[in-house]
Amino acid sequence: MTGHRHNRLVITTPEGCRFSLLLAGPVSRFMAWLIDLVVVIAAGIGIWLLLGKVLAFLAALLGEFVLAMLLLLNFVLWFGYGIALEWLWNGRTVGKRVLGLRVVDEHGLRLTFSQVVLRNLLRLVDMLPMLYLVAGVSCMLSRRCQRLGDIAAGTVVIRSPRIGRPDLRDVLQGKFNSLRAHPHLEARLRNRVSPAEARVAAAALLRRDSLEPEARVSLFAELAEHFREVVRFPEAATDGLSDEQYVRNVVDSLYRARKGT
Amino acid sequence: MIIDLEKFLARERPAWGELEQTLRRMDGGGKLDLAQARRLHYLYERASSALGRVQTFSGDPETREYLESLVARAYGLIHSADRPRRRLRPIHWFIVTFPRTFRRHFGSFLLATAATLVGALFGGVAVAADEEAKSIILPFEHLMGDPSDRVAQEEQTGGAEGGGHSTFAAMLIQNNVRVSFMALALGFTFGIGTILLLFYNGVILGAVCFDYIRAGEGVFLAGWLLPHGSIEIPAILLAGQAGMVLGRALIGHGDRNPLKARMRLVSADLVTLIGGVAVLLVWAGIIESFVSQFHEPRLPYWLKISFGVIELGLLGFLLGRCGRKAGERAA
Repeated sequence: MTGHRHNRLVITTPEGCRFSLLLAGPVSRFMAWLIDLVVVIAAGIGIWLLLGKVLAFLAALLGEFVLAMLLLLNFVLWFGYGIALEWLWNGRTVGKRVLGLRVVDEHGLRLTFSQVVLRNLLRLVDMLPMLYLVAGVSCMLSRRCQRLGDIAAGTVVIRSPRIGRPDLRDVLQGKFNSLRAHPHLEARLRNRVSPAEARVAAAALLRRDSLEPEARVSLFAELAEHFREVVRFPEAATDGLSDEQYVRNVVDSLYRARKGT
Repeated sequence: MIIDLEKFLARERPAWGELEQTLRRMDGGGKLDLAQARRLHYLYERASSALGRVQTFSGDPETREYLESLVARAYGLIHSADRPRRRLRPIHWFIVTFPRTFRRHFGSFLLATAATLVGALFGGVAVAADEEAKSIILPFEHLMGDPSDRVAQEEQTGGAEGGGHSTFAAMLIQNNVRVSFMALALGFTFGIGTILLLFYNGVILGAVCFDYIRAGEGVFLAGWLLPHGSIEIPAILLAGQAGMVLGRALIGHGDRNPLKARMRLVSADLVTLIGGVAVLLVWAGIIESFVSQFHEPRLPYWLKISFGVIELGLLGFLLGRCGRKAGERAA
């Protein structure tokens, strides 16, 4: 069973478990295509340079048959590149790999060969009238950011960003956290705060010294207000805490469990 | 509620690590025996359960994200196990799967043929009514002049002077395969684009045929077109058939399945049809370059025409009879 949550594809498994996949947007997909284009052109030139002498020898031996084979090879390279790599690398080409994108079945299942072939052949319509304009419009109109080839093949392109874990040791080490006295509220906080919100708070703490004093006060006031709304801790735990200290405690509560992981 | 998250994570993490390792091995093409498959299923269920707990009761956001990605990968692997991932059997595919698929969508083939025939009729009538129409309709310079002049010129040399047959064949294959891919892809315009493409092809064919027959060069025409055309023209019609199948699935007239289900039902058939078309066009390209371009006195017309007729008969047999199941209705 599938559903949508903003730019995510939500899938509910038969076991009753829900997970979501982050959908790739038209810009990242276009960038991946540009990288692939460079790879295909470079591969063509590379073959020519590397095998130039061999080809010249073969051409002398076999005549224009070699040129015919090269023409066909070039054609197969243009159409076969996407098909071969997406099939062998589980939905990834070089461009998609670099940008952390992957083609998956829209039900979260493994791609079939016909899905891979169909989505790649239908590029011919998607690239009309130039530079994938039809695909771009289709992506923007589709709730799952699918180009026409994806709609026909029942596929989506997902993004798996590599999120580096913030090193919070300098910020949090040796600091007393008054929120720790309320583990059940900390648990609720971890439940309600999204990964993106947690990353924003951590980033604010890591960069606090590079902020202008006024901006620093205003940023932490805003963050603290937001987190106070998410979970209300007893006054005894928050009395006398500045906004920045409050945010630091929140970050400590959010990230502490993963220390050493 | 998970109060002691650290303890929970410490307990579960080894199982997640093992699951991740198994998934990585499978991504790299690894295989599992029965005991390993059972273990994988157990680990998947355990990770699903952990994700459920983390989502419902507690959990640091990034653990949730990590578990979601782990469960998503395992889900894809386990629930795709029954998806077809057959061995490659190209001969079986070409002589059994391809003809069966053709017959399953015979109505779409008739529609593609009708669009081409209407185009051919239009092309013939246009050239008959107005001599100048040739220069607008025909994209090839060598077809612009008087057919009798061309025949005289070709028969003087026997055709195909100067070699370059392999390169010519490669270019023909490229061009025809590209056009057939386009005929399929244009099915996305609810089949209208495919019909227009077939109609235009028909117009060119009709105009050329009428022009040569009117000039009394019907035998030359048959000898020139049949060797490759008996495969190439049906192949383009088959590509049009694939476009029509795609268009029909999009329109969904008389089909209560939702769009996604309709597309899922035809996607494998589309790939089979277009794959078969590509194979036929490779053959047609080779024949066009190495046989069609030679004329009398080098190659007698009766031989070329017989060759074309035999090819057409074999193609008809392949598509109409091969892979027929007991009780399958004649196409």
